Amino acid sequence: MAIIEISCAEVWREISNYLDGEISAELRERMAAHFKVCAHCTAVLEGTQNVVRLLGDGRVFQVPEGFSKRLYKKIFTR
Amino acid sequence: MTELRIPASEAGLIERARRGDREAFYELLRPCERMVYATALSVLKNPADAEEVSQEAVLKAFTGLKRFRADARFSTWLVQITYNEAIMRLRKARAHLYESLDERPEGGDGNLSPRDFADWQPIPSELLEKEEIRQAVHDAINSLSPAYREVLVLRDLQHLSIKETMTILGVSETSVKTRLHRARLQLRDALAPGLDGCWVRGGPYRKVRAW
Repeated sequence: MAIIEISCAEVWREISNYLDGEISAELRERMAAHFKVCAHCTAVLEGTQNVVRLLGDGRVFQVPEGFSKRLYKKIFTR
Repeated sequence: MTELRIPASEAGLIERARRGDREAFYELLRPCERMVYATALSVLKNPADAEEVSQEAVLKAFTGLKRFRADARFSTWLVQITYNEAIMRLRKARAHLYESLDERPEGGDGNLSPRDFADWQPIPSELLEKEEIRQAVHDAINSLSPAYREVLVLRDLQHLSIKETMTILGVSETSVKTRLHRARLQLRDALAPGLDGCWVRGGPYRKVRAW
């Protein structure tokens, strides 16, 4: 069965949901077909995916030096 | 079979902490420290304020532990308390400037066009060892509007589910998804030039097409 084409604008709207698996199987299929032929949308998809990966990396957000120690002190001296 | 939501050790620690065992509470807390701090920072932006609020939130959790119900994860409960504390601090500090949560930018129908289409290579892992890169990511996150930043931090930094994020922020599923979507695309726009160009390849940023 032919896949109904989808516009770039529609694809952008759903990029985030696509990454999270928060879309229907039918839409996923249409988007996947679009990514195969559209370099721009693929670039947006990969860039967004990179951002998500980047944020998920524990090294991006670190607690300040001594944070844990000060927290410990706070708990025990209140 | 009922799903066991809390690992036995965590349940044991909670029980001990409820009886006032501070060591047990601290042990319970350790794996959540980063989450607590990142949550406070996402609201307040300022590291010193974020640490102070983290401490207050943790104390509040300790004294309020009997109200903790086992149908939530301890970490999510703690993040919720931290978020509320941080919002309260923000309200107090900027009472006259504060925009209510309902007035914060949402608007539109979820349309947000990516600004450019540079094609990204996977980010080399060692890049994150560089302080300047981490700083750039922090700056980009801080440049987002609060509503977007908070969702982003809960979902992509702390890997909370959509449902947990809805509960903590008190917003609808659609709001979580729309805000996350915009936050991610804005962050991509903010970071793409550095990551695609000078940081990764040492060359200038290459725009594929300006549309």
